[in-house]
Amino acid sequence: MKLTLHVWRQTHADDKGGFQTYELEDVSTDMSFLEMLDVLNQDLISRDESPIAFDHDCREGVCGTCGFVINGVAHGHQKGSTICQLHMRHFSDGDEITIEPFRARAFPIIKDLVVDRSSFDRIIQAGGFITIRTGSAPEASAIPISTDTLEHAVDFAECIGCGACVASCPNGAAMLFVGAKISHLGLLPQGQPERSRRALKMVEAMEREAFGACTNYRSCEAVCPKEISISGIARMNKDFRRASFAGAVPAHGKKR
Amino acid sequence: MKLDARIPSGPLAEKWQRLLDEIKLVSPANKRKHTIIVVGTGLAGGSAAASLGELGYNVKVFCYQDSARRAHSVAAQGGINAAKNYQNDGDSVYRLFYDTIKGGDYRSREANVYRLAEVSNNIIDQCVAQGIPFAREYGGYLANRSFGGAQVSRTFYARGETGQQLLLGAYSALSQQVAAGTVDLNTRSEMLDLVVVDGRARGIITRDMVTGEVEAHAADAVLLCTGGYSNVYYLSTNAKGCNVTAAWRAHKRGAGFANPCFTQIHPTCIPQAGDYQSKLTLMSESLRNDGRVWVPKAEGDERAPNDIPEDERDYYLERIYPSFGNLVPRDVASRNAKNVCDEGRGIGSNKRGVYLDFADAIDRLGVDVIRTRYGNLFDMYEMITGEDPYDVPMRIYPAPHYTMGGLWVDYYLMSTIPGLFVLGEANFSDHGGNRLGASALMQGLADGYFVIPDTLGEYLATAKLDTVDTDRDEFSNSMSEVEERTKKLLSIDGTRSVDSLHRELGMLMLDECGMSRSEKGLDEAIEKIRALREEFWTDVKVPGEGAELNQELEKAGRVADFFDLAELMCMDARERKESCGGHFREEYQTEEGEALRDDENFVNVTVWEYKGEDTPEVAHNEDLDFEFVKLTQRSYK
Amino acid sequence: MNQAVGYFSSTLGKKVLMAVTGIILFGFVMGHMLGNLQIYLGAERLNHYAELLQANQPFLWAVRSVLLFCVGVHIVAAVLVWLRNRAARPVKYRVFRPPSVDYAARTMMWSGPIIAFFIIYHILDLTVGVANPDFVRGDVYHNALASFSNPLIAGLYIVANLLLAFHLYHGLWSLFQTFGWDHNRFGWMRRGAAIFFSVLIGAGNISIPLAVLTGAVH
Ligand SMILES: Cc1cc2nc3c(=O)[nH]c(=O)nc-3n(C[C@H](O)[C@H](O)[C@H](O)COP(=O)(O)OP(=O)(O)OC[C@H]3O[C@@H](n4cnc5c(N)ncnc54)[C@H](O)[C@@H]3O)c2cc1C
Ligand code: HEM
Ligand code: HEM
Ligand code: SF4
Ligand code: F3S
Ligand code: FES
Repeated sequence: MKLTLHVWRQTHADDKGGFQTYELEDVSTDMSFLEMLDVLNQDLISRDESPIAFDHDCREGVCGTCGFVINGVAHGHQKGSTICQLHMRHFSDGDEITIEPFRARAFPIIKDLVVDRSSFDRIIQAGGFITIRTGSAPEASAIPISTDTLEHAVDFAECIGCGACVASCPNGAAMLFVGAKISHLGLLPQGQPERSRRALKMVEAMEREAFGACTNYRSCEAVCPKEISISGIARMNKDFRRASFAGAVPAHGKKR
Repeated sequence: MKLDARIPSGPLAEKWQRLLDEIKLVSPANKRKHTIIVVGTGLAGGSAAASLGELGYNVKVFCYQDSARRAHSVAAQGGINAAKNYQNDGDSVYRLFYDTIKGGDYRSREANVYRLAEVSNNIIDQCVAQGIPFAREYGGYLANRSFGGAQVSRTFYARGETGQQLLLGAYSALSQQVAAGTVDLNTRSEMLDLVVVDGRARGIITRDMVTGEVEAHAADAVLLCTGGYSNVYYLSTNAKGCNVTAAWRAHKRGAGFANPCFTQIHPTCIPQAGDYQSKLTLMSESLRNDGRVWVPKAEGDERAPNDIPEDERDYYLERIYPSFGNLVPRDVASRNAKNVCDEGRGIGSNKRGVYLDFADAIDRLGVDVIRTRYGNLFDMYEMITGEDPYDVPMRIYPAPHYTMGGLWVDYYLMSTIPGLFVLGEANFSDHGGNRLGASALMQGLADGYFVIPDTLGEYLATAKLDTVDTDRDEFSNSMSEVEERTKKLLSIDGTRSVDSLHRELGMLMLDECGMSRSEKGLDEAIEKIRALREEFWTDVKVPGEGAELNQELEKAGRVADFFDLAELMCMDARERKESCGGHFREEYQTEEGEALRDDENFVNVTVWEYKGEDTPEVAHNEDLDFEFVKLTQRSYK
Repeated sequence: MNQAVGYFSSTLGKKVLMAVTGIILFGFVMGHMLGNLQIYLGAERLNHYAELLQANQPFLWAVRSVLLFCVGVHIVAAVLVWLRNRAARPVKYRVFRPPSVDYAARTMMWSGPIIAFFIIYHILDLTVGVANPDFVRGDVYHNALASFSNPLIAGLYIVANLLLAFHLYHGLWSLFQTFGWDHNRFGWMRRGAAIFFSVLIGAGNISIPLAVLTGAVH
């Protein structure tokens, strides 16, 4: 099939950037979206033009590296998948496709479709963990966990850190990402001792990174490749509120 | 090249403890003064860096992805083994050790593997405490499944994404250390050289993948945790960025490369759809529990699978291996798929594929049972192929998946260069000729959490290390070599793209150094690889500049190393005149066409020493002593 | 105290302020509507009710100040959050079609301020009387009829109340999230409750100008 692509091109962080149009012939319906871009890039290279830079690695929907916005939807319109899992059979001959990078102040553009998502890492560094010194863990099966609780926790633990939630939130909010981690760890018995501290620290870090606030648009949930529920945002709101007033302030270590 | 495995003396079960009891320790006050470089943030690198940071070392970590959480360990689906014996089915440390040795076709080191089995239980404890949601029984206690043909259920799993969950555990521990200031994390940084000063590994050279800047980093020890090299085949189940570059450059600086020809080709992957194909996706091995593998009996049968009557189908695994049937080990299943396709009976557009049919299982168990067992795998298959496996048989074909070979290490995980340690898939140590399912995750975490913190300490406490900083000539020389190479790649400005050359190399390797190998084929392959490499260095086209984010340049550097590695793999495969594990030499097979080991001459590790640009590499051997295990021949008939 | 300041200066805290004040405002609108509906019971009943309210001046002013305070806090928080959200995406998408974003959610920053302007006008119209051509202090029934018999003014009320219904449709659902009330036991009824109350208030209030216009109330 034939396609027309409008692709955002930007040579480096400070470049103004703009759209460039490419016509593609003979796109196979079995290709993945990224393979379609690979083919375009091969063509650009042979024509001495610079290939389109885009992030990708595993190409099976689990590493969270790939991600941009296709026709206004982060990761494209196929539900519950990343771009690397999106195939061209979902497009039709003659389609015009607009391809833009994730846009958010907390995700500065590095080049073309490549953005810097290190703000996510900094949020995890602030508190997205359970403190457990290597070797000091008790017997694994010592604490039973009901399968319901466990499955609930896994639903949140599946987040791949792709950033699509931010990209598709009209407010540029990272609530789903942060809520997912707070919920994953906060649901498990192992996560309880640091639950308050974690909520405080992670929300604090999120605020520092210039993400927007949540006004409950729910489009994060709709584009999330792991279909993480916004109930994670509710859990974060609750944990943060409780923590703020319970006074789990780390410096003092005791309730005020 | 001296190959001293430094295995502690004493009975197998006491070796590791004896080492721990006897090694020298680094005093807590001194740890801070030691800078340790960790390259890689997968299970091996992430866990090592986090643990070393906790101990108080000054750790510098590097990975090529934009975040440490994306290392390819994230993609492992199946699970991780441990000898917990929660199932009361007779498992033990010894049995896990034995199965791993046997699965590796007796080409791995007893002491290392025993230690791996020993610490496996600690890994599960550690991971659960980190909040890794392993599957549980209704009673709330940990569940296990049987995996990869093991007779006991010892595999722990978290849905179909065990690797992701384990990696996120290591990543969170690492992140905590970053915040604590003990770990300095450098993402989008690719290691391009190892710096050796006075015979010891003392630093690395990296390229900042955003600015293109080439940087030098000095340290007291370097840990390579850079994963496997399946991408030498171009199409594999590995991530696009997986590479051999870090290991290869270390090899060129003197680290011995062990058993490069030992690779694993996984039988159940989605076949290639067209020339544009960029990677292959693994489908869990568990599918073979209920799916039946077949091809048409007739060559070139073009009918749709459901139109082919029962008596015109060849369920070849059931036919050849009546007792194991569709559950034969990975290498056997893969090789047989290749054989039927070579006979012209392959299916799919390019005739490289076989059917994995669930029709019988659906008849027998009902569609709902199949859906609960494999629902998400079926969905994934449909997402990729657009075909519904409930109606039409799946198409599968083997794909390169794991590399058992890697940099040689001793019992301390130290390579032949003092101060250079190698962990995880990047080393060669634990899986011999074939890796058992669910044991790579175990190895990565064992190396990182439980082995290296102690063995690295021993090195630092005993080596007399001068202070070395990046002003030394060794660093500046190495930096200019890296810069030269970049300039060279950019200046060729030929006609062929990096991908097209890589693809050609991959096809060649899969044909001649893949599921089956022969002396003649390998000889020819080596000639072709050399010619192709020549073509690469004279006709490749790498657009753009060095001082920017340049993905073509990154690929070019990696592919250049794959060419060198490919040649070495073929040499190694040619040298190993036996069939064992994933290494099948056509000349060495039983009358029934099964792998024929040569325990007279090849109970050893082949370790290759780099001798310079135009000099052939030299092979050395480390003989393997089987003190505790008796060698037997595998049979699945 | 410090905790409260810290909490409410976070975006999460600001959202809770909006929710708390939103609930109070919702409570008022709900009660106000029930009171207004007495118009169907005739002039006497309605005027008597209004008298009752006017009788206790200290209480009236207490309620007024709470409402004013709530509106103020609600607006300030809304504006701060809105500014932060705008700053979070300095460069807009050329094509942006975020899925599942509904109309009500998207227009909160339109419906809210319009309601605010409506309230000002409304007070000038029916409480102070300066905007009402035929205002009689104390005769609430008459005043309402006077306003609503003008189709333009009636139309204004109808539009404002439609927007209010939209605002509440999103707001009442949203506040469960904001408070972190997502328990399975009542998760299913969050949407239902929001629809019920927003439709109730919208329909109840809109019925009044409609009834006047059509002559059902005269
Ligand atoms: C699809 C798939 C499924 C699998 N399933 C299972 C399973 O079920 N059970 C099991 O036990 N095993 C499984 N395996 C194998 C297992 O996942 C891997 O062997 C293991 O995770 C490797 O871990 P690692 O830490 O050694 O390397 P990796 O996780 O690959 O990490 C390599 C790291 O090195 C970095 N790196 C590489 N090169 C450079 C460079 N030049 N410069 C800087 N950084 C560099 C990367 O950025 C990355 O951080 C599977 C493998 C695949 C591909
Ligand atoms: C059609 C619907 C409405 C009718 C008929 C109506 C009627 C009235 C009347 C008659 C008064 C004056 C009461 C008095 O002075 O004793 C009044 C006051 C008021 N109304 Fe309404 N109203 C309506 C809708 C609304 C709405 C939607 C809001 C808010 C969003 C609102 C907010 C107020 C406020 C704040 C006052 C002033 C109360 C005070 O004296 O302090 N009204 N309304
Ligand atoms: C100038 C006036 C107003 C503005 C600018 C305004 C704006 C907003 C905004 C932006 C929200 C956030 C929506 C969200 O987070 O999902 C909101 C929520 C809300 N508003 Fe208003 N609003 C105004 C007046 C009112 C009035 C008069 C009422 C009540 C009758 C009201 C009731 C609510 C409620 C109940 C919420 C839900 C709070 C939450 O999200 O948790 N608002 N408002
Ligand atoms: S919550 Fe979903 S969309 Fe957001 S980062 Fe995680 S996986 Fe991606
Ligand atoms: S889309 Fe944005 S507004 Fe909230 S519900 Fe999701 S973060
Ligand atoms: S490339 Fe890994 S999720 Fe898409």
